[in-house]
Parts: sequence; structure tokens; C-alpha cells
Amino acid sequence: MSLYLFRRLNLLIFTLFMLALASFGLAWLFPGDYLTNLSGIHFDSPEQRELFATIYRENEGILWQFSAYLEMLWQGQWGQSFSSGQPLNKEILTTIPASIELSAYALVISLFVGIPLGFIAGLKHNKLTDYGILSFSLVGYSIPVFWLALLLILVLSLQLGWFPISGRISLLYDIPPQTGFILVDILSSGLPYKWDAFVDALEHMVLPTLSISIVTSTIILRITRRSVIEVMSSEYIKAATAKGLNRYQVILRHGIRNTIIPIMPQLALQFTTLLTNAMIVESIFSWPGIGNWLLQAIYQGDYPAIRAGMLAVSSLVVIFTVFIDIIHKIIDPRRLYRQRVKI
Amino acid sequence: MLKSSLYQEEQFPSPLRQTWYEFRKSHVAFIGLCVLACITLFILFGPFITPYTPLEQNTDALLVPPAWDGNGGISHMLGTDGLGRDVLTRVIYGSRVTFGISVFLVLIAMIIGVAIGAFAGMNSGMRSSILNHLLDSMMAIPTLLIAIIIVAILGPGLVNSMWAITLALIPQFIHYTRDFVRVEINKEYVVAARLDGASPFRIFLFSLLPNMVEMLVVQGTLALSIAILDISALGFLNLGVQAPDAELGAMLSEGLDIAYIAPWCIAAPGAAIFIAIISINVVGDGLRSALRNRLKH
Repeated sequence: MSLYLFRRLNLLIFTLFMLALASFGLAWLFPGDYLTNLSGIHFDSPEQRELFATIYRENEGILWQFSAYLEMLWQGQWGQSFSSGQPLNKEILTTIPASIELSAYALVISLFVGIPLGFIAGLKHNKLTDYGILSFSLVGYSIPVFWLALLLILVLSLQLGWFPISGRISLLYDIPPQTGFILVDILSSGLPYKWDAFVDALEHMVLPTLSISIVTSTIILRITRRSVIEVMSSEYIKAATAKGLNRYQVILRHGIRNTIIPIMPQLALQFTTLLTNAMIVESIFSWPGIGNWLLQAIYQGDYPAIRAGMLAVSSLVVIFTVFIDIIHKIIDPRRLYRQRVKI
Repeated sequence: MLKSSLYQEEQFPSPLRQTWYEFRKSHVAFIGLCVLACITLFILFGPFITPYTPLEQNTDALLVPPAWDGNGGISHMLGTDGLGRDVLTRVIYGSRVTFGISVFLVLIAMIIGVAIGAFAGMNSGMRSSILNHLLDSMMAIPTLLIAIIIVAILGPGLVNSMWAITLALIPQFIHYTRDFVRVEINKEYVVAARLDGASPFRIFLFSLLPNMVEMLVVQGTLALSIAILDISALGFLNLGVQAPDAELGAMLSEGLDIAYIAPWCIAAPGAAIFIAIISINVVGDGLRSALRNRLKH
């Protein structure tokens, strides 16, 4: 176990190191001055540039430059954005929670919809219910997430007027940001209009969450279904039935646990797919998350922001993946490496 | 009554033919294949049947609704957009770009991925161990995220987004090829070929590759649906094909501004993507279950 933990953490550190190296290389590859790309400052005078050259050790060897860069990253000095002039780590820390919040709620919804439906379909394998659920899942699996979001806006906001089109909360409410997770912020603030703001934030959240969770819940459904079919046709289930347990006892005592545990990491890993879909959907709903922010940076050629945003998003995904691997290893020590499940 | 089902024909069907028989049994998959064939015909011969060109602006007919609407006409089947361009023509030309490029990218990613995967599968030790670890962490990241990051680095544009998606698709082909080669390399027919003195390249080309074709087709359909989604997503985000050119994703983002008065401008390209992906997924599912059933018999 400790060897496994060591190897995983080793891999994590190695990957993060490679990502940092890649983002360091980006500063060289992007057009313009290398120091400007690192610090985000357009230098007015040679003296000012000289100052930053000593901070980033520009005149020393490339290894020293990289170590200086790592040091700056570690201290939280990620440079500043071209377009807003704000420190990048602050901007990222305010936008990433918005994306994580969206993806996390969508993941919870997808799990609650996908797993039960997957169980029903798997237990009724090759029956009408199975085919019905499967064809629904095929539709959800194939629909492009950005088109789905547009259709939802067209029908539910523009035609029916049930939900607001864009943003995170109505401009009427002024919520002091603390954690960056808006529902948490609203509830922890002592404002008199707390509950109105909470309802308003929920209404803003419905459409983006719905459009990304439909896609993910169908993927979760298919993974669960395949796993249920494999478990229910295995020998120990036959043995349990032969012992005289009725169907519900077999499913409750032997089925559920053996179905869920092997696919758990796959289900949790859907979070990364959600995060990617969230990045697209954010730009449609003007949700102030990391995806929207990174896209704006790409449009404006804001190189320090692209560098930092890329580093932040990919580190988040890698850390999350390794974390899930380790948790899964603790729960289910049989498995050596993550295996890809069939859908 | 015969207990065993003896095969009556003179020739025993080849594995590929057996897969085809199994595939044909599923009506849904067969319909999916027909839809896919129709789309292919449209892509190949579409320009001959459209009376307009995708960039032709007709100022007399702005925002004409589709033909089934009261105000629509038969001259513009799916209506026109805000600049008077025929939506059906643009969808056909856009499909050419989106689907054509996707097929091309999947083929390139497949060739590169299979080459690297075979190399990794036939070698062992330090080199393949490093490759394994890097791949495992790469596989966890969604392809679109990798593509967005690569486009962020290279800058927006069609060619850059093609690079990005190809690079993002390669890891899964490496993964599956490597796993396949690992399993097959110790089987007797490969050992026999090696004892005959065949070089590793020859073993791969004549012993492994023919057995891999089906797996590659299934993975290829999966990758194709991913590629179409990704390339249209990049187009939609203005990172891929740039605005005036007809591409389904870019058309969607153009239609966004007039979505309220001309919903057909976003319905038509989106529906084209949706139909293509759903038929590809149906065919892929059918192939997979056909393979599973064939191996069961």
C-alpha cells in the first residue's frame, strides 16, 4: 500500500513538474518579450525590465530561470493579466470555484439519475425497459452539449420564460465573495435578503447544470448498466440464487456492492468531462468560471493568463485523478491499476 | 431434431463476414448504417444538388423561415440566415468540412497511435514503462480539454485546431493497440511466425494487424464521434474554423445572435451534428455487440 501511495505521489509530482515545465516553455514560445509573458507587465523603462530580469534570473542559465519560475509559482506570484492588470492567481482563485461548483452539482445530479437508471436497465437486460432507457441514453450521449444548452435557452428561457438566460445571480443582490462557491457564500452571509438571493442563484444554476448533467448522466447510466449485466451473470450471483435467496436479497447483498465498487473511479472521473463541458457551457451562459475566463484570454491574446490558466486547469485535473486513484485503492485493494470499463 | 447446428454452406464464413451477419441482425444498427451512408452521399455529391454557394448573400431574402412555415418558400428549404445565405447549402458545405476533417483526423491519429502502440506493446522495460505512466495520466484528461489547451498555445484557426484534435485523439489508440499487442504477442500463431524467422515488423504487419482490424474499426467509430464533437465545439467557441466559412459549429455560434428571431439557424446545424453522431454511435454500438456475440458463439 505504501509503495503504491509512493508511486502515485511520485507520478503526481512528476506530472505537475512537467506541466510547470510546459508552462515555462510557453513563455518562450508565445510571441513578444519572454519577461513580459512571464510577469504580464509591459515594461516602460529599461530599469524596470532590469529589475524583473533579476527576479526571474534572466541572465543566468536556463535551469536557474526555471527554478526561479517555480519559486515564483510556489509563492503565488503567477504574474498579472494583460487585459485586467489583476494578479493571475487571484483571478484564477475566484473563477475556479465557480466552475467546480457547477461541475460538482452536475456530478451529484448525474449520479442520482444515472446509477438508478443504469441498475434498472441492467436488471431488465434485453427487455423493453432496457431498450427504452438505452435509446434515451444514446440520444443524451450523442447530443452536442453546446447545442443542448442553446435549445434549453430557446425553449425554457425565451419561449416559456421560466429561467434567466445568463449570469450567476441577479445584479440586484450583492453577495460578498468569501469561498467563491456562491450558494455557500449566500448561506454564510448574514444578509436580510439571504433566502431571496438563494432562490435567485438556484434559478440561474438550473439551465447550465441541466445541460451538462444530461450528457454525463447518460454516460454514467451506460457504465452502470454494463457493470450490472456483468455482475448479474457471474457465478457468485448464481450461487446466491441457488442458496435460495430471493431476487431482492441477491441484488441488495451481492449485486449493488460488486457493481458499484469497480466502476467508482470511472464515475468520479466523469468530473473531468463535466469540467470540460462546463467550460463550454459557461461561455454560453456567461457563467464567471475558469472556462469563460480562459476563452476570453485566448481571444484577447492574453499570454500570461493562458499560461497560468492552462497550468491551473490541467493541475486540477491531474491532482483530482490521482486523488481518486488513491481513494479507490484504499476502498478496493484488489486492483493494481485503473482499468478502463466498457460502456 | 438436430441438436447441433451444422453449417450447411460449402464455405465457412470468414470472421469479418460473421461479424457482418451478427451486425445485420440488429435493425437499429442497420438503420444507423443507412443514415451514415446517406450522410456520406450528401457530403460527396452535395455541391452538385445545391443551387447556391455557401457564401452567396441574397439581400432579397433575409431571414426567410423554412419551407414548412407559412412565410417560407420552396426556394430555401431550411430558410436563410441574417445575411440571406441559404441554410441548407451551408449545412451541406459545413458537414463536408466538419465530417470530412474528422474522418481525416481520425485516420491520421489511428496510424500514429497504432504505430506507437505496437512499438510500446512489443517492447518492454523502462521505455514502455514511462510511456505507460504518461499515457495513463493523459487518458484521464478529456480530449476536448487537451484540444482547448493546445489551441490556446498555438492560437485559433482551422489548421491549429486540427493539430490539437489529432494530438488529443492519439493516446487512446496507443492504449488499445498496446493492450491488444500485449495479449496477442504470446499466442501460438505469433510464436510460430517468430520461429519462422519473421522480423518484428513482419509479425506486426502480417500476424497482428489483420486481427486488429475489428478493434480498430470500433475504436475508430468512437474516436470519430469524439472528433466531430470536438471540432464543432472548437468551431462554436471561435477557436477553430473562423466565422464566414461554413462549418457546423461556427454556424451555430453565428446563429446565436439571431437565435430568437431565426431559431432555424441554430436548429439546422445542430441537428446535422446530432444526427451524424447518433448514427455513428448506433453503428459503433452495433459493431461492438456484434463482436461480443460472435466471440460468444
